[in-house]
Amino acid sequence: MSDIADRVKKIVVEHLDVEEDKVTETASFIDDLGADSLDTVELVMAFEEEFGIEIPDDAAETIQTFGDAVKFITEAS
Amino acid sequence: MFDLTGKNALITGASGGIGGAIAKALYDAGATVALSGTRVEPLEALAAELGERAHVLPCNLSDKESVEALPKQAAEAMGSVDILVNNAGITRDNLFMRMSDDEWDSVLNVNLTSTFRLCKGVLRGMMKARWGRIVNISSIVGATGNPGQGNYAASKAGMVGMSKSLAYEVATRGITVNCVAPGFIATAMTEKLTDDQKDKINAQIPAARMGTPEEIAAAVLYLSSQEAGYTTGTTLHVNGGMAML
Repeated sequence: MSDIADRVKKIVVEHLDVEEDKVTETASFIDDLGADSLDTVELVMAFEEEFGIEIPDDAAETIQTFGDAVKFITEAS
Repeated sequence: MFDLTGKNALITGASGGIGGAIAKALYDAGATVALSGTRVEPLEALAAELGERAHVLPCNLSDKESVEALPKQAAEAMGSVDILVNNAGITRDNLFMRMSDDEWDSVLNVNLTSTFRLCKGVLRGMMKARWGRIVNISSIVGATGNPGQGNYAASKAGMVGMSKSLAYEVATRGITVNCVAPGFIATAMTEKLTDDQKDKINAQIPAARMGTPEEIAAAVLYLSSQEAGYTTGTTLHVNGGMAML
């Protein structure tokens, strides 16, 4: 697993307080990991800070799963 | 009670009578304060009167860029913004049938849109801190209406609905959002009234007098406090009984 994926996973595990093995490629933050809509906003904020990037609102809406997040951040950074 | 030591508060409209009293009340409770307003001189005078925990941050609330920069400037000056008091407001009164688009837009822009932008600007820090207090200064007029103030009343009622919606969204993060709705308060704005006008106003107030800026500040102090953590989405009417809502 890439360094980016590791760092994203760490943020997700800490923020949503879930088991690491539940955070799979297709795991949906809301449907599988118990996030509410505000959690997803906070996750995006945490990603922005961790990776020093800006994630615009329309892009943030497309980040629904762990895999989406890794893909977006890999492309952006 | 109501110890704000270690908390940082941004207050808009701090050059006015009510805003100044709010700044003083929060400062006296131990908070560090950022005083915002359009007129620099009264802000500097207030900061000098308060002491070293007071910062001056002039801002023109009708200018989008200035408004968006303000939360960042406040966080840089104080380290964070834990308490936001949206107190600044303007009036451009006119009869509804004569009211121009410009009169409507300018009042909505300064009173409501800038409040939206400032709330948005401080939320990130408050969400991370899992603590925040937003107090929006509405008005009795937002609940009762007032002839000649269609724009002002709309902006003040708009604040209430906006605050309730935001209160829903951030309640789980330890952030409260409330309004204070003053009735007639003795300030420079009401000093322009004639004695006859004042008598007529006082006759409509069960307390038979205008309120003081300090009485509004006390309500803001409560809603800014740790103790008010379970109070959110509400409007505290401070009006001498003029409208019991």
